[in-house]
Amino acid sequence: MKELDTIGETGLRFFGKVSASISHEIKNTLAVINENAGLLEDLTLMAEKGMELDPTRVRGLAKKILAQVQRSDGIVKNLNRFAHSIDETGKRVDVEETINFTALLAARLASGRDVTFTTISPEKPIHILTRPFFLKALIFRCLEIAMAAPDADKTIYLKPETNEAKIQIRLTGMDLKEAWNEGGFPTEEDRALLDFLEADIEVNSTKGEIVLILTYMEKRSSLSGSPAAAFRENG
Amino acid sequence: MNVLLVDDEIELVDTLAERLNIRDIEADWVTSGEEALALEGKRYDIAVLDVKMPRISGIELKKKLQVKYPGIHFIFMTGHGSEDDFRSGAAEAGSDYYLVKPVDIDILIRKMNEVLEKPSG
Repeated sequence: MKELDTIGETGLRFFGKVSASISHEIKNTLAVINENAGLLEDLTLMAEKGMELDPTRVRGLAKKILAQVQRSDGIVKNLNRFAHSIDETGKRVDVEETINFTALLAARLASGRDVTFTTISPEKPIHILTRPFFLKALIFRCLEIAMAAPDADKTIYLKPETNEAKIQIRLTGMDLKEAWNEGGFPTEEDRALLDFLEADIEVNSTKGEIVLILTYMEKRSSLSGSPAAAFRENG
Repeated sequence: MNVLLVDDEIELVDTLAERLNIRDIEADWVTSGEEALALEGKRYDIAVLDVKMPRISGIELKKKLQVKYPGIHFIFMTGHGSEDDFRSGAAEAGSDYYLVKPVDIDILIRKMNEVLEKPSG
């Protein structure tokens, strides 16, 4: 029960972090729209007082506003897609696509540290039956660790790999030699999430590498989605 | 008054600077802390800083600009990404001079006039 509470809290914390970051992004687009609409108003007021109004200028400002509306729309679509991933209890997902989407969710936080994420595509698409929301939470957690300890190149590489027994997500491009782990990663909460996904983590400080190991859940007798559902099944 | 705007959203700062210029406030803009610190030859009365910027945050930039331009005043703008952001920014800037985007230009100008009447710091 305690473990399920922990997973629920971890999920909520992840949802909160992503929502806060996205709301920040939306605020920025609104700010740009606000200034450009304000400038349009300024120019119109000046035109009413007899100053010549250049149509090209007006069109340029309108285009800037439209571009920001499209940017906002993209951000909201991603938020919507993210929010609905909670509905997906057990689902087969493309691992690379999941990595890319999670990296997109973390991109704003990473840009604050001047860090970028690059996914190295596998030779063939890799799919896994999993709890998509919690898999994203786990990948996001690894990205947080990675973006806090990048090497000089400031690019974190994410590579999905597979063999018959397991799927791995290899994160490289970190400097893990010195005080990178004051938070004690993986924490008790991380461990609960790993257990919930039947996953494991290996950290190689010398190589600057974190490997997330996922088992094929098809081999499990059941796959339940939410911590509450898991509790109902287990209890 | 001479104002320096620093925000990594280029389409925000260039337009805001133009709107301030229309209102007879001389405003220059840059899109990073590095560019702000590289500026030469002009003194600024006020710096309007975005809190979250890559590499050098608004809070860090404030400390560096205080050395570069003794007596300069500060106003912060933020997208208010989290309560932590708000608390740290408000503590640093004083909640009166910590504006949440999108910012009303009349409020910004009023804050600029108010902050100029206070001792810098």
